[in-house]
Amino acid sequence: MTTSIERVSAAPLGQADIDREMAELRRTADAAGNGAPAPLHPSRDYPPYRSSVLRHPKQPLVVVRDPEAVELTGPVFGVTDVTDLDSDLTRQHVGEPLGERITVTGRVLDRQGRPVRGQLVEIWQANASGRYAHQRDQHPAPLDPNFTGVGRCLTDDEGRYHFTTIKPGPYPWRNHLNAWRPAHIHFSLFGTAFTQRLVTQMYFPGDPLFSFDPIYQSITDERARERLIATYDHDQSSPEWSLGYRWDIVLDGPAATWIEEGRS
Amino acid sequence: MTAPTPSQTVGPFYGYALPFPGGGDVAPAGHPDTITVHGYVYDGAGQPIPDSLLEFWQAGPDGSTAGAPGSLRRDPVTGAVLGRNGVDFTGFGRVPTDADGHYALRTLPPGTPGYLSVCVFARGLLHHLFTRIYLPESAEDQLLASLEPRRRATLIARPERDRVYRFDIRVQGGPEEETVFLDFG
Repeated sequence: MTTSIERVSAAPLGQADIDREMAELRRTADAAGNGAPAPLHPSRDYPPYRSSVLRHPKQPLVVVRDPEAVELTGPVFGVTDVTDLDSDLTRQHVGEPLGERITVTGRVLDRQGRPVRGQLVEIWQANASGRYAHQRDQHPAPLDPNFTGVGRCLTDDEGRYHFTTIKPGPYPWRNHLNAWRPAHIHFSLFGTAFTQRLVTQMYFPGDPLFSFDPIYQSITDERARERLIATYDHDQSSPEWSLGYRWDIVLDGPAATWIEEGRS
Repeated sequence: MTAPTPSQTVGPFYGYALPFPGGGDVAPAGHPDTITVHGYVYDGAGQPIPDSLLEFWQAGPDGSTAGAPGSLRRDPVTGAVLGRNGVDFTGFGRVPTDADGHYALRTLPPGTPGYLSVCVFARGLLHHLFTRIYLPESAEDQLLASLEPRRRATLIARPERDRVYRFDIRVQGGPEEETVFLDFG
């Protein structure tokens, strides 16, 4: 015999449950904030994103302030690591992909505002229907034979990157019942130090799914969340061709105070 | 200082974008000093994590951290991955865990400083984690000295046989299990 309590606990979590948890964590963060600087990154322990529960450390991280640390240097990339076509995701197949053609451009900077030059930027994304070209994506939306959704480029001397692609669709996932991800492009970035490494997601302005998404909401500070949203830039749009989005990226890194010690 | 762009998880679908053939073959092909470092990545329930991605960065055998381009070398004619040129030591490796949560890296032993820096990404991990792999022969430095013995042990690779080392990463656990992760501020 199943008791009513067991039936309740076995019911799949719905959006309302996740909304309640996210609101509670926002309240906690605001209360803790009270004058203190808001967190700049998501907490690794964010239970509304269910997959984080067993995949975040419980021991405190160990602070390293060694000016000789290998992590203050980092991998380098060059012209042999990319080809010209890699930054145009609409030209990687015989035909053209379906969807809204867009360009995404911006600068990669460090926290002092200096351009990150000649470094590797990698992106990946779902197609216009919200389907990844990945065997484990079981969303019953069509694959597009003319779209893989992978790109890479090197930043130029001003730290600028540029991609031509199609606007990805939102897609469902199984975090909870009726969970949907806002449309996004995954970005992977390198700085001059390995400590500046960043993997993140770029979102599109005005997405109605923002408030429902525990991955986006894992950043509890609203201003920090908004740093992940690209700006529609009409000057970047190309007549009769494509819509333009601009998104600058600032790489976090070791505080200047102790990194400079190693350079003196 | 400008506020940084926040991190987000790598998610489950990076597999056709980030890994590249030969990503774990950092040592130039056939180099006689090549060592293998391998192991499993585990979650807080002790289950292997099949969808994590590990990146490695290290000094060359001469202690140089200059690195070299060409880890992801491509054919400009077809766009296909050519892989490393077999001569240069780029110092950079990238290895996704396979279906049973296992990874393997073939590299050259670093000079001084004698550790491999590791960056861990995974679905479920909202912000990457840094750790280090110390080889038992060179397991002495400021960081190790600052750790209590049971925590220090999580950073030292275990020799399995000649030139083969085992290093597991436990993303979550008690102080004796969980790998030491680093905060560079």
